[in-house]
Amino acid sequence: MNSTTKRISLISAALSAMLLASGCSTLPETSSKTIPPLRTYEDVVKKDSPRLLEVSDSMEGFNRGAYRFNYNFDKYFFIPVVRTYEFILPDYVEDRVSNAVDNIGEFANLTNNLFQLKFKDAGITLSRFAINTTIGIAGLWDPATSFGLERQTEDFGQTLGHYGTGNGSYIVLPIAGPSNVRDTAGMVVDGAIFTFAGPSAWVDDQGISNAYTATYVVDKRHRIPFRYRQTGSPFEYELVRMLYTMKRDFDIAN
Amino acid sequence: MKRLFASIILIMACLWWAKSVSADSRPYFYPFVNPYVATVMELPKAFEVKLPEEVPTKEYTIDVFPDLKIPDVFWYEDGLPFSLAYQDHKAPLVFVVAGTGSRYNTPRMVKLQKALHQAGFHVISITSPTHMDFVVNASKGLPGDSLRDARDLYRVMKLAYEKVKPKIEVSSFALTGYSLGAFNAAFIAKLDDEQKRFNFKRVLLINPPVNLYDSVIALDKLMVENIPGGPEKFDQWFRGLVAKLAAVSKEMGHTELSGDFIYNAYKRLPPSEENLAAIIGTAFRMSSANMIFTADVMNGGGYIVPKNARLNNSTSLTKYAMVSYRTRFEDYFNEYLLPYYEKKDPYMNRQALLDRSKLQSIEPYLKSASKIGLVHNEDDIILMPGEIDYLQGVFGNRARIFPTGGHMGNMFHPDVVRSMIDFLTGKEI
Repeated sequence: MNSTTKRISLISAALSAMLLASGCSTLPETSSKTIPPLRTYEDVVKKDSPRLLEVSDSMEGFNRGAYRFNYNFDKYFFIPVVRTYEFILPDYVEDRVSNAVDNIGEFANLTNNLFQLKFKDAGITLSRFAINTTIGIAGLWDPATSFGLERQTEDFGQTLGHYGTGNGSYIVLPIAGPSNVRDTAGMVVDGAIFTFAGPSAWVDDQGISNAYTATYVVDKRHRIPFRYRQTGSPFEYELVRMLYTMKRDFDIAN
Repeated sequence: MKRLFASIILIMACLWWAKSVSADSRPYFYPFVNPYVATVMELPKAFEVKLPEEVPTKEYTIDVFPDLKIPDVFWYEDGLPFSLAYQDHKAPLVFVVAGTGSRYNTPRMVKLQKALHQAGFHVISITSPTHMDFVVNASKGLPGDSLRDARDLYRVMKLAYEKVKPKIEVSSFALTGYSLGAFNAAFIAKLDDEQKRFNFKRVLLINPPVNLYDSVIALDKLMVENIPGGPEKFDQWFRGLVAKLAAVSKEMGHTELSGDFIYNAYKRLPPSEENLAAIIGTAFRMSSANMIFTADVMNGGGYIVPKNARLNNSTSLTKYAMVSYRTRFEDYFNEYLLPYYEKKDPYMNRQALLDRSKLQSIEPYLKSASKIGLVHNEDDIILMPGEIDYLQGVFGNRARIFPTGGHMGNMFHPDVVRSMIDFLTGKEI
């Protein structure tokens, strides 16, 4: 089994395990002594008032469990690994790694620009890959951007959104973090194409694929500035959910 | 008094990259004349005091109430953390109290810690009593009352000092804080004069409000009055704001919020004064909502959450969040805080509670205590008309008032830092 499929099956195994463990209700535990608060949702939140925080979340019990899992995973494993990575490598080298990872990521940008019939963007992506792989030496540098060829990021979740697929319910994926039904499906499809018809299949070397996956994951966390509890808010789960949803809406519209 | 949740603060609080220019021996110059811009934007690097990259620090956690059972809904809370920046020799120790909704390790607190460490102090940085970590772990009762908050902070400071005592040698004590933290510091100083635990040599108030209640209402109004169409149109405004920023980020080919990105975004898209005011107001409303919800849960509920119900680690908080964000500090004060104190003390009433939320309530003390100094700005947006003159009158030559800088925008300007250090180290300002 190749590393990407391994990653996918790992995630789905973790998902189903946690789904089983999360039959829990998302309502507070009440008794006959429970008295409603002075300010109730029904009274305070008017009909046409802002509802950005209300995102479809039918698996909220599971999602909150996954959120806690991710919090601990981040605290005890992910961030220490990223810190070690940042400690060992100079910033300059880290940026080269990010560029190289992005260069390989052009594959998904290409396929999804094509799926969305954005031929101009697909052309730009192809040129970027050609330039950065050669002049940019295996993608370590990104001269294409300075030639005015900007990165055209698309993924299969965006492709689905482009053709009108709704978000579906919000999902917090173990390790990977915020997502929704549409984007999770998109991630699986992108992973499968990458594995069976893309770079992984071309290289066809388990060791290299594993090394790429590990680098990809560490580089990705290194580049995401989010840290748990930095919001200082008891509603961090809601805030992350809202921002993720807004960001994806925007990505799809553009 | 700004506390912006992660991405918004990053988007707007602009990091500037510019060539380093020494600002020594020049008259005070501050690049942002508009107080809203000054408040939100970080000082361009060229104008900022030089601080060490790293200073030796250590983090600690204290259990203020050892018998405290933290509710499951706050599963990530476990004691109150604080940090110490230490000298390797005997030195004075200064406590720093963070501003509204801020934690001991927000970027501003870290910078202030470095500036004070560089000036020769051991520094203990303490989370604001309005931050949820403090409300969960260290508040006795509801936060928002100046006397109660000062007592809670004082308890924390004593415990924090006990914790670091084996590690450092202390020659004397000082105290400072900014914004609400400065307001807290004034009341702590008075408390310490009665209890004589630390005998602070110097106490410095950085941009404090004079009348807490008025300042809070003014901040809340910034949001209510500056969102086009009013708070009911928040969604549209916020979506528009995020979309604009995302568009700039796409246009520039950046996918992350780096300092470069924010600087360029600001240059391409200078936000209107209304937008800045609305952002400041929103940030304030959010941090006050965090505090109110947390305080309600910790005190058994009845205001935002039901009474006698248990919220656990899977409970959906969305509806409570929506109610909290629609709750003004004013509502909390009138509907929850005041009845709470009235119940405890038959002599308490609205006016009495309002009166003790003002520096005027300790004016004779502030006037006579020569160890207490002030750094402030004439155009600080949290002050009401006439309050800067009031402060000047109370503190006299112990006040250093800068003409511009907004609410703490100039805090790391070399002149401001020098004023702070000079006062804390015992020189005249």
